[in-house]
Amino acid sequence: MSEIPLTHAYILASILFLIGFVGVIVRKNTLFILMSLEVMLNAVGVAFIGAGSAWHQADGQIMFILVLTLAASEVAVGLALLIRMQKKFQSVDIDILSKMRG
Amino acid sequence: MTIEFFFYMAAAIAIISSIKVVSSRHSVHALLYLVLSLLAVAVCFYLMGAPFAAGLEVIVYAGAILVLFVFAVMMFGLTQDETAHSPQAGGLINWLGPIILGGALLVILIAIINQSQLQQHLTVNIIDAKQVGILLYGPYLLAVEIASFLLLAGLIAAYHYAKPDVLGGHL
Repeated sequence: MSEIPLTHAYILASILFLIGFVGVIVRKNTLFILMSLEVMLNAVGVAFIGAGSAWHQADGQIMFILVLTLAASEVAVGLALLIRMQKKFQSVDIDILSKMRG
Repeated sequence: MTIEFFFYMAAAIAIISSIKVVSSRHSVHALLYLVLSLLAVAVCFYLMGAPFAAGLEVIVYAGAILVLFVFAVMMFGLTQDETAHSPQAGGLINWLGPIILGGALLVILIAIINQSQLQQHLTVNIIDAKQVGILLYGPYLLAVEIASFLLLAGLIAAYHYAKPDVLGGHL
């Protein structure tokens, strides 16, 4: 059994998740939206690791590795799209994207 | 000085630096605060008995993914809409936040390493990489294959989108 109670790990995970969520909603710079998404995925990782260590199972770390893969590929595609957007519109404002037709 | 105390300290650093990530005006400052947040979360993982996950967090998140972000920021060239809203170069006051947060994280790390009783306690309830590997290549083999598909798709999509127009890239 781990020393840290599971509820406290969950509280940390939910606080981090909410910070990232507010960042995704509030910010207009697409780069900051991607960074806030990273914070949210990281919070999910905290929840998985906390649960895995509380029950002393390795499954939580497996899930964390899968979340890590997801985050890596998501960031690669998102940043490539962001580079295209910067080249095309000379801006990374998310409101510009509503000008795209179709 | 128990494990819980260090865990709460690292959690507080992670929360504060995450708030700075989403509220920062300058994208490079936000990136560096994101590194600090990920390192603090890695300390949390270590204290929860998952040193393998902590190492992965440092290597993959704080290493590889943040390098991608830095490359993207370098390619943007920080045009006028970025620098117009950034704070003025204000001397010492800019250094205060990062120094306090980073110094607190360093103090926590040194205190954890220095206490032999805590180290003994940490090595008892640990989930090492061997257990993870046995599960990963046993019951979770299908998930590993799906993750490899995902990474391949991400690689191809990123190459396709970031291709210059001369090579026939259409968005």
